[in-house]
Amino acid sequence: MSLAELWFILIAVLWAGYFVLEGFDFGVGMLLPFLPKDEQERGMMFESIGPVWDGNEVWLVVAGGATFAAFPSWYASMFSGFYLALLLVLVFLIIRVVSFEWRARSKSPHWRTVWLWCNALGSFGAALVWGVGLSALLYGTPLDSNGDYTGTFWNLFNGYTVFAGLTVVVFFAFHGAVFLTLRTTGDLCERALKAARMLALPAAALAAAFAILTVIVAVDRNDKNVFPPVLPAILAIGAAVLAVAFVFQGRTGRAFVATSLGAALLVATLFTSLYPRVMVSSTDFGNSLTVSNASSQHYTLVVMTVVAVLVLPVVLLYQGWTYHVFRHRVTGDAHY
Amino acid sequence: MHLILASTRVDLARGQFATTSLYHFLFVPLTLGLGPIVAIFQTMWHRTGNETWLRLTRFFGTLFLINFAIGVATGLVQEFQFGMNWSVYSRFVGNVFGAPLAIEGLAAFFLESTFLGLWIFGWNRLSPRLHLATLWIAVAGTWMSAYFILAANSFMQDPVGYKIENGQAVLTSVWDLLSSDWTLYAFAHTILAGLTAGSAVVFGVCCWHFVRQRNVEVFRPAAKVALIVLVPASCVNLWFGSHFGILVEKLQPMKIAASEAQWSTCSHCAFSVFQIGGFTESDQTPTYSLDIPGLLSYLATGSFSGTVQGLNNLNQQYSRQHGPGNYKPPVRAIYWSMRVMAGVGTVIALIAIVSAFLLWRRRIERLRWFLWIAVANSFLPFLATSAGWVLTEVGRQPWIVQGLLKTSNANSPNVTTTWLGISLGVFIVLYLALLVVDVWLMRRYAGLDPVAPDEQAPAPQPAPSF
Repeated sequence: MSLAELWFILIAVLWAGYFVLEGFDFGVGMLLPFLPKDEQERGMMFESIGPVWDGNEVWLVVAGGATFAAFPSWYASMFSGFYLALLLVLVFLIIRVVSFEWRARSKSPHWRTVWLWCNALGSFGAALVWGVGLSALLYGTPLDSNGDYTGTFWNLFNGYTVFAGLTVVVFFAFHGAVFLTLRTTGDLCERALKAARMLALPAAALAAAFAILTVIVAVDRNDKNVFPPVLPAILAIGAAVLAVAFVFQGRTGRAFVATSLGAALLVATLFTSLYPRVMVSSTDFGNSLTVSNASSQHYTLVVMTVVAVLVLPVVLLYQGWTYHVFRHRVTGDAHY
Repeated sequence: MHLILASTRVDLARGQFATTSLYHFLFVPLTLGLGPIVAIFQTMWHRTGNETWLRLTRFFGTLFLINFAIGVATGLVQEFQFGMNWSVYSRFVGNVFGAPLAIEGLAAFFLESTFLGLWIFGWNRLSPRLHLATLWIAVAGTWMSAYFILAANSFMQDPVGYKIENGQAVLTSVWDLLSSDWTLYAFAHTILAGLTAGSAVVFGVCCWHFVRQRNVEVFRPAAKVALIVLVPASCVNLWFGSHFGILVEKLQPMKIAASEAQWSTCSHCAFSVFQIGGFTESDQTPTYSLDIPGLLSYLATGSFSGTVQGLNNLNQQYSRQHGPGNYKPPVRAIYWSMRVMAGVGTVIALIAIVSAFLLWRRRIERLRWFLWIAVANSFLPFLATSAGWVLTEVGRQPWIVQGLLKTSNANSPNVTTTWLGISLGVFIVLYLALLVVDVWLMRRYAGLDPVAPDEQAPAPQPAPSF
């Protein structure tokens, strides 16, 4: 395995980490307008992700930075090409980031409602656009021989990518509801379980359909064989089915493991389907960016690999420790 | 027509970068400087058990967090816009520039965001000692992040540790990049500016309470700590900044020449405190200028008789090296940004010294007019840092990477004027809205009484959820 391939895998892992971790943050955010009945419950929902959302978002920042360093051409083509979509993501993420710190800073109900909706809209919007954007890498977008995107904003949208966006939104909402059943108490916890049961079937069905569609698109548009992409796809479907089963049995701890695996495996399916390309060109397949033609030189990758090997395990340790520290169910009278 | 459109697109992309960077850097220095001061307050509480320090920790910790949020949010835009607006640049430098950026994420952002979360919510969950440690670790994360991003930026000013291969800059020594003189100077300069900003804000808030005769007993120790940071940070940064000038003269002589509107090469050069006219090609001699003999030579070379290269000679020299063209940055803007930065920096240092004297003589709390000056002083560092970045980034023009790639060739060729216009408009509206809210929140929370920490009673701990 070359270092470029290793970094392709690592970037997939970073995206998977982002989907698993920020996935439930987004899910909690999307449920904010619907689940809680009073101010205390809204506080509980904010508190359930309060200590961790910022660390979770860094998985995205690092995925972006790693793409810049390891695959400059991929980073340049994707970010300049998906311009307006990324502008939307930025707006969604910004209003969401500030909502966490600012909502609790005034007692005015109007103020709190504004920031609650900013968080909900930001979570929904960012999940949707990431679903569309990442799946568009595989479906293909118009790229010229220089790797520059030649399409418009609307070239990102087609049946498959819109379906991907929808899947991500619903799956994250499900993932977030399951998360809330583990982190809250009382009525809110029961309502979260109800929501999880309501979302379970649609989320699992969408995830399964998306996994299958992804393999079909990979074969159809990215010159792939059914194997290996079908492998993570089957596992993703399995995880989704298990999540449904556990949620209906009320074993929410296991359900959360299953939804986490499901989120990670959907990313794995997408990236396995994408390999060895990183951005498929829909105008001329030969213009596609690949792991080898988009990557940095050996030395840069060596430096990055050394840093990642030294630092990532430590990051996992202290992020894991954070979850241990905040393992208690929230009561709604802390910081928020 | 095509050329006009191309230059419009570059200008819009530059406008967007300038807007985001300057905006982002209103919140960054505050984070860099306020973080350690809050950590000092909490350390004092931990050491002495005196409740005043705990109140101060909570009080200024809130101000810290209000701003940290926008810093994080606009930092995302910073990371994305290299690829969005500057794809040619990103492909050209990705091998080199991307590495410190990725390391920043891995080594610094994870640290600061995770441990800040632990600090915010960990009051009743962690032992006091561990809880204090989480804040110091988060602060270390913010400083490390400043270091890595400045290492990346320094490649644009003083490219080192690379070779050109197939039209791309390729990294050859990460160590050269991370330990270049420019990186180390820029880091120290930025950290000192951050400490200046953070302590000036803390001191200003204290003085605002003194003016209103409120919470004087609580804020007196905070004012003392703020000045212990502010006096050395602002004074050392003046000295340090002038030394930085000598490095800039070596590596980017054009920037120094432009910052002094020095058209012809000179020795024993005078420094003009201000001048009227003399900023354009056709008008190279100022109609009036207030000069200090020999000072420019001293600032740029370390010797009163040193030679400072002029804009005209440098342009000839660059034209020989890189082909005929105009290699001069906009002189007027650079000249004045340099004076705003250095002038405001000097004013801050003077106010700091006088404040320390008055505090020592126990007179400051009664001098209302001076207290108002100290309140106003808390805004000045942001003026100085903004001017400093204009000097650094505009002064590098026409280059995006000094001597290697021109800004006019580095933007994304496929990003249309419409896209650029939309995004610039969206960002300006969003930034203004956030700024209004931030200022309103800061004013409100800076004016509150520091809460008595009776909420310190440990919260009931429900059963673990997993």
